[in-house]
Amino acid sequence: MLEQLINWFPEWARPFIMPMITIGIVLQVNLGVCSYLILLERKLSAWMQDRIGPNRVGPWGLLQPVADMLKLLLKEDVIPGHVNKFLYVLAPGISVFTTMLAFAVVPFGPVPRNLSATDGQFPYIIAPGVDLGLVFIFAVTSLAVYGIILGGWASNNKYSALGAMRASAQVVSYEIPLGMSVVGLALLTGSMSIEKILLHQADAGIFGWNIWFQPLACVIFFAAAMAEAQRLPFDLSECEQELVGGWHTEYSAMKWGLFFLGEYTHVITISFLTSILFFGGWHFPWIAEPDSQYLGSTLVKVLVLLTKSFAFIIVIQMLRWTIPRFRFDQLMGLAWKVLIPLATLNVVCVMIVKQFHLNEWWLLPMSAGLFLGAGLIGTQSSRPFARRTLEPVPEAHGHHAHAH
Amino acid sequence: MPINPKDIEWVEEPSMNFWESTYLPAVFDGLRTTGQHVADFHPVTEFYPEQKPDLPSHYRGVHRLNRDDKGRVKCVACMMCATACPARCIDIVAQDAPKDDPHWADRDKFPKSFVIDELKCIYCGMCEEACPVDSIELTNIFDLTGMSRQEMMFDKEKLLSVFDQTKDSANNPVRTHKGKLGHASDFTNLHTLGPATTVRADDRSAKANSAGVIE
Repeated sequence: MLEQLINWFPEWARPFIMPMITIGIVLQVNLGVCSYLILLERKLSAWMQDRIGPNRVGPWGLLQPVADMLKLLLKEDVIPGHVNKFLYVLAPGISVFTTMLAFAVVPFGPVPRNLSATDGQFPYIIAPGVDLGLVFIFAVTSLAVYGIILGGWASNNKYSALGAMRASAQVVSYEIPLGMSVVGLALLTGSMSIEKILLHQADAGIFGWNIWFQPLACVIFFAAAMAEAQRLPFDLSECEQELVGGWHTEYSAMKWGLFFLGEYTHVITISFLTSILFFGGWHFPWIAEPDSQYLGSTLVKVLVLLTKSFAFIIVIQMLRWTIPRFRFDQLMGLAWKVLIPLATLNVVCVMIVKQFHLNEWWLLPMSAGLFLGAGLIGTQSSRPFARRTLEPVPEAHGHHAHAH
Repeated sequence: MPINPKDIEWVEEPSMNFWESTYLPAVFDGLRTTGQHVADFHPVTEFYPEQKPDLPSHYRGVHRLNRDDKGRVKCVACMMCATACPARCIDIVAQDAPKDDPHWADRDKFPKSFVIDELKCIYCGMCEEACPVDSIELTNIFDLTGMSRQEMMFDKEKLLSVFDQTKDSANNPVRTHKGKLGHASDFTNLHTLGPATTVRADDRSAKANSAGVIE
């Protein structure tokens, strides 16, 4: 049926039809899911805090996202007089555009092998066959922070500027462990394409999932990705207790809404990536194997992937209300002193295994060893910046003679 | 003046043990706690407009003026509450009770007007404590609204109507001397008050006419 639809178009337009349909579906689903993720987050936080949460609009508050959306659309869109208008308007757009763009190479179902743009098969990915998928994602999502930096800078407000500064420092620290953590996967698979990494795991069965070989990389990836999406415990750029609203202090109405659309799309992307890169994507033993051909198997595969991603979204949202926000020096210390060395050593381990043709299962004890080693170093290392000398301070000669 | 360095006590942050310094067990421990709240869900939320809160009987809300057993206002216009009031929101004009009226036979004074500015009031309950005849009491009506400041000046009739509304509700019992005037009206002649503590014989106050009072 889809093939007939494609053939109805002129020759030159045919390669664009399937991507357009896919983009339309992904965009609409994404917008709907984002608004309901906000409701879910509010409900989940309420349940954790022994509250009930939004329950006034519709049954169980199910129409709350609609009401929120209407409110955001109908609210007065204030542009303060002291802002740089061009950058101020541009920033939310960048935020949404980049996070949506990153989703282009994320498969959301079983991508058919031997896919061509005109054969009418539904691709389950907007841009199939991007061999540098991982690099593309990290390149594009790190651009998302430009939305924050530009928004904070254009607001011409010290709180926004501080939030933007924090976001830039944070992204500098977290890009590196984020990128390093998946280098091991690329080495193991022999490809940077996300579809190929997924198929590699699916072909190997449940004990071929990358979580068995790269558990440490999974933890590093998850932590760094949360930091990149500005989610708690790493949302220092927003940090409403210190910075009013952080980078979006001056934003209102739908521009503010777009920032949050971007943030939640980022969360969805992270969850999809974690389940695809480390947990086998749509693969699940017995019900969703690569060769399962029963009726509706494709739907089951999509559902398996969605369930896995949904589980990670729940974990991210639960972490938000579980862990307090990191202090800024703790955040930078964690990234530079812990995550980057661990991710680098993890890559070295993969290289050793590949170079000497060892069994891949050696990677599991190696990861555990690295993790325990990091814990041991953390225990043993003194923290000289926290210790104060007990010697009496020498008497001051004149006022402000010593700068303690 | 700077703090003497000897007075400064530096508190070191406790060193972390092995599992603490790997962070993850603490994260999972926290997730377990929050997860338990989700799984074992006991909300404390009250649906306010539909479900009124169950306030304790000592909640301090809107005032009322109690009536005695004859339906008269209990207040004897002694001004104790107006004196005790830290917000000075009580305004009383006293009037002598009409001597020839049998209805007021046992009373000397009553308030001609009794106005409480509910907007000035800080709901401290001092008036209730000060009242010698248990006339003024605080009910647990908390959702007090008005369209103007004038509306929030509660006069005697309004305060008495608050009593009529609340006297039978379980949370607003008339606390003491129901129907009768309070304890101060129980005795007819005041006995001499002794000092609260023993006074030495050579103390000034011991030689005064009224014991315990320094003139």
